[in-house]
Amino acid sequence: MIPAPALEIALLLWGLLLLLLESFAGTGDRRGVAFAGIGGLVVVLVASFFLVDPPAAATTGFWSFYSADPLAIFFKRFALVTTILVLVMSIDYAPAIRMGVPGANPHAGLGEFFTVPIFTCVGLMWMASAIDFVMIFVSLEVVTMSFYVLVSFTRRNPATLEAGVKYLILSALSTGFLVYGITWIFGVTGETNLARIGSVLARQEMDPIPLLFGISLVLVALGFKIAAVPFQIWVPDVYQGAPTPVTAFLSVGSKAAGFVVLLRVLAPFSMLPQVGKLLVVMAILTLIYGNFAALPQANLKRLLAYSSIAHAGYLLIGVVTFSGAAVAYYLVAYLLMTLLCFAVLIVVGNKSGDQIEDYAGLAKRSPFLAFAMMIGMISLAGVPFTAGFLGKFFIFDAAIRQQQTLLVAIGVITVGCGFYYYLKVVRAMYWLEPAPDAAPIQVSPLSRVAMTVLIAAIFVLGVYPMPILNALK
Amino acid sequence: MLLFIVIAPFLTALLILIGTPTRLTALLGSAVTLLTSLIATVLYETARGGFQFVTSFPISETWRLQFLLGADGLSLVMLLLAALVLLCAVWFTPPVERSERLYYACLLFIAGGAIGAFASLDLFFFYAFHELALIPTFLLIGIWGSGNRSAAAWKITIYLGLGSFVLLLGLILLYRSVPADLRSFDLRVLQEVAANGGILPRAQNQIFFLLLIGFGVLISLFPFHTWAPEAYASAPAPAAMLHAGVLKKFGLYGLLRVALPLLPEGAQHWQTLLIVLLLGNIIYVGLVTIAQKRLDWMLGYSSVMQMGYIFLGIASANVIGLNGAAVLMFAHGISVALLFALAGEIRRRTGTLVFADLGGLGKLMPFAGFAFGIATFASIGLPGFANFAGEVMVFFGAFRVGAEWQGFHLFQVATVLALWGVVISAVYMLRAYRSIFMGAPNERLGTVPDLARTLRWPIVLLIAATMIVGFFPNTVLRLLQPTFSAPVAANR
Repeated sequence: MIPAPALEIALLLWGLLLLLLESFAGTGDRRGVAFAGIGGLVVVLVASFFLVDPPAAATTGFWSFYSADPLAIFFKRFALVTTILVLVMSIDYAPAIRMGVPGANPHAGLGEFFTVPIFTCVGLMWMASAIDFVMIFVSLEVVTMSFYVLVSFTRRNPATLEAGVKYLILSALSTGFLVYGITWIFGVTGETNLARIGSVLARQEMDPIPLLFGISLVLVALGFKIAAVPFQIWVPDVYQGAPTPVTAFLSVGSKAAGFVVLLRVLAPFSMLPQVGKLLVVMAILTLIYGNFAALPQANLKRLLAYSSIAHAGYLLIGVVTFSGAAVAYYLVAYLLMTLLCFAVLIVVGNKSGDQIEDYAGLAKRSPFLAFAMMIGMISLAGVPFTAGFLGKFFIFDAAIRQQQTLLVAIGVITVGCGFYYYLKVVRAMYWLEPAPDAAPIQVSPLSRVAMTVLIAAIFVLGVYPMPILNALK
Repeated sequence: MLLFIVIAPFLTALLILIGTPTRLTALLGSAVTLLTSLIATVLYETARGGFQFVTSFPISETWRLQFLLGADGLSLVMLLLAALVLLCAVWFTPPVERSERLYYACLLFIAGGAIGAFASLDLFFFYAFHELALIPTFLLIGIWGSGNRSAAAWKITIYLGLGSFVLLLGLILLYRSVPADLRSFDLRVLQEVAANGGILPRAQNQIFFLLLIGFGVLISLFPFHTWAPEAYASAPAPAAMLHAGVLKKFGLYGLLRVALPLLPEGAQHWQTLLIVLLLGNIIYVGLVTIAQKRLDWMLGYSSVMQMGYIFLGIASANVIGLNGAAVLMFAHGISVALLFALAGEIRRRTGTLVFADLGGLGKLMPFAGFAFGIATFASIGLPGFANFAGEVMVFFGAFRVGAEWQGFHLFQVATVLALWGVVISAVYMLRAYRSIFMGAPNERLGTVPDLARTLRWPIVLLIAATMIVGFFPNTVLRLLQPTFSAPVAANR
């Protein structure tokens, strides 16, 4: 039996060890580092099923800012699975890294590229457990710092550098908002622990204005993390410019962590009706902007960037209606289908490119990749028997239960948009003829296994959602 | 048994994708599906009524969700229709140049989705199975379609995608409007709740509206019909047969199975709206059909128009009208499949479906001309064909509603206007027949071979089906009776 914090500590040590060993490896092949990293993550994932029950929440000390409730454990596993899949993708992406990093050593940069995600994962896991504003801030920074490194990793590519700078500046700005907001909330309530903030708010009448000011600033920072309108400006450029595995990591790991924090932070503020209204407005704007802006996109990475904004909108519906289970399920579905799409994107991107027209006739060049991409796309669009459909089903159910008619109406219209831009990719793969010089595409066995597992998971969870819904009880 | 019928098309599709002989597997698979559906129909105990062959697999305790199959007379009739049209559509598939396996798999998936929906007793899977057909339709029209296939494929997919999400909202609202301890997607439970007045009238009005719009889009209810003619004109013939003949019936089936029995007061509330819209289907779309200059577009519009009669039967909500609607669903499925199959063959042989470019085909393709003539008579609704049996019952049923209310009523006006629709369809169908098959052969056509011997069998099969029901409507009505008498009696 293992105490929950041991997971993060073990993973952190494993990451440091790998980084240290890697620096002595000379000109050797660095893929071993990735496999060792995956191995470590799998061990920790297995260990997360043998945790001791956490002690009751304390008022002081470690357990006052660290929680090991089902929500936290669930998202720790979520972060681990995401990181494992990202590392698998990174192995396929290695050729692009070699070209993008200066240095005489043919393996320059690969070691770091395989180990930094482990530290990101530690940050994400810590974030899932954070129940104190100070802890939230620290873990958020761990994640953000490691993303600074990853986003601009292939620094010979000007687009990547642009993405890195944009991410750095805007992320730093949003962190500023977060700290300022925390200060206001601390100033009003005298607490940083979320549970105690809740009890202070429930106990006495407060002047809501400064409190609202504080929580609005926090929402700005979290809106940046989850890519909600109007804090989404960075998303398309950064997603397009960053190395593709990093984009996948950003769009799944970073977003999921943002939503966990959002769920936790909003709980004590639920008695302020203005916060709910603010979120409804954000959700509506995000749904409309993400879906409509995705319609004309011709670059698949950019399309997925707008789609990730759109899905943030659906997730926000779940947050507004306080249905943690629906949000958790949607995030899992989002993980499966988004990572599947990015996995295909990496393999095809190495050979052809990231434009949708590069996918013309993919069904002929590689039936397996085209099928995998089609499953990812129709799941994102929300076709039944896929996890994406059940995700939308639970979200719409929650919205109907809370009688959020406007949100539901807009959600349905935007689903219609989604059918258009997701099927645009299916159309390219199956209708159009491949370019005359296009060669068949080989898929490495590891990627093939990973994609098959993802496809199977999309279908299994699309019919039998209980494992996820029960995990939060 | 039912599980086998539902799985058979999907299994066949998988086998084909894996690499068994394509056409043979598809034919065998659909023949087996038809055969098992026939056996199930024979084994169904009409005297006992209700849902039989019930199979269930629990999915979720908290949501009371289960994979639940079961069939009564109405579902069996629809299953037979689906399996019959599937077999004929597969039979009519011409040699496919590009990815043949995917083509057959898509056809089987469309039919499998429809069959799954007709056999589901759980509303969640009822909905999900239907949606399963969306992507194969998109691919079929997009890859193998003709004309403006790209626009048609987008239009049908987005229209039906949006429509089915409206439908989903209605179903979720239905689920939520039931008292918490009875909440379920199980149709039998919901029927019981509805019979005990468990769904409040206000909720019924809201839900029925959503279901009417959702199902209405799928059935091409005026004014949500614009996707249909374009899609059917562009789709390859077997896809149009399956979609217009079978899949479109899902919406009507949903109205008969879910909306009407569970939400009688909602149906009452929106009756006037439905009548106005269905007259739009019959009169407006009917006139638009007359104006068409191509056979494929004309058939597309006529299949939209014919939905108006079925809506009229559903709106009447009495035993005879509902029975008529169900018979007409079956009849229309057969006749439209026949017409689309023949149109596909004509296009394949002559390269065109524009009336002005055709003519005199009756001399060149006597068998096709004969079959087209029969299909024309059937779809106008001449006695001896199933369409006649259905239409007569629908008109009687609709006319009676006003009589029951003792006075001249909107229903009687609607019925009289709808009767004129028969004249409209006679005009366009006979005109089409004349310009395609009569007169001197157009010189540009050259020699046109008649239908091959093997292709005559499915035509005979379809004509036989519609004539059996036309002459002996009781074969079907015997199955349908218990389905409609119970809920209608309960609503009184």
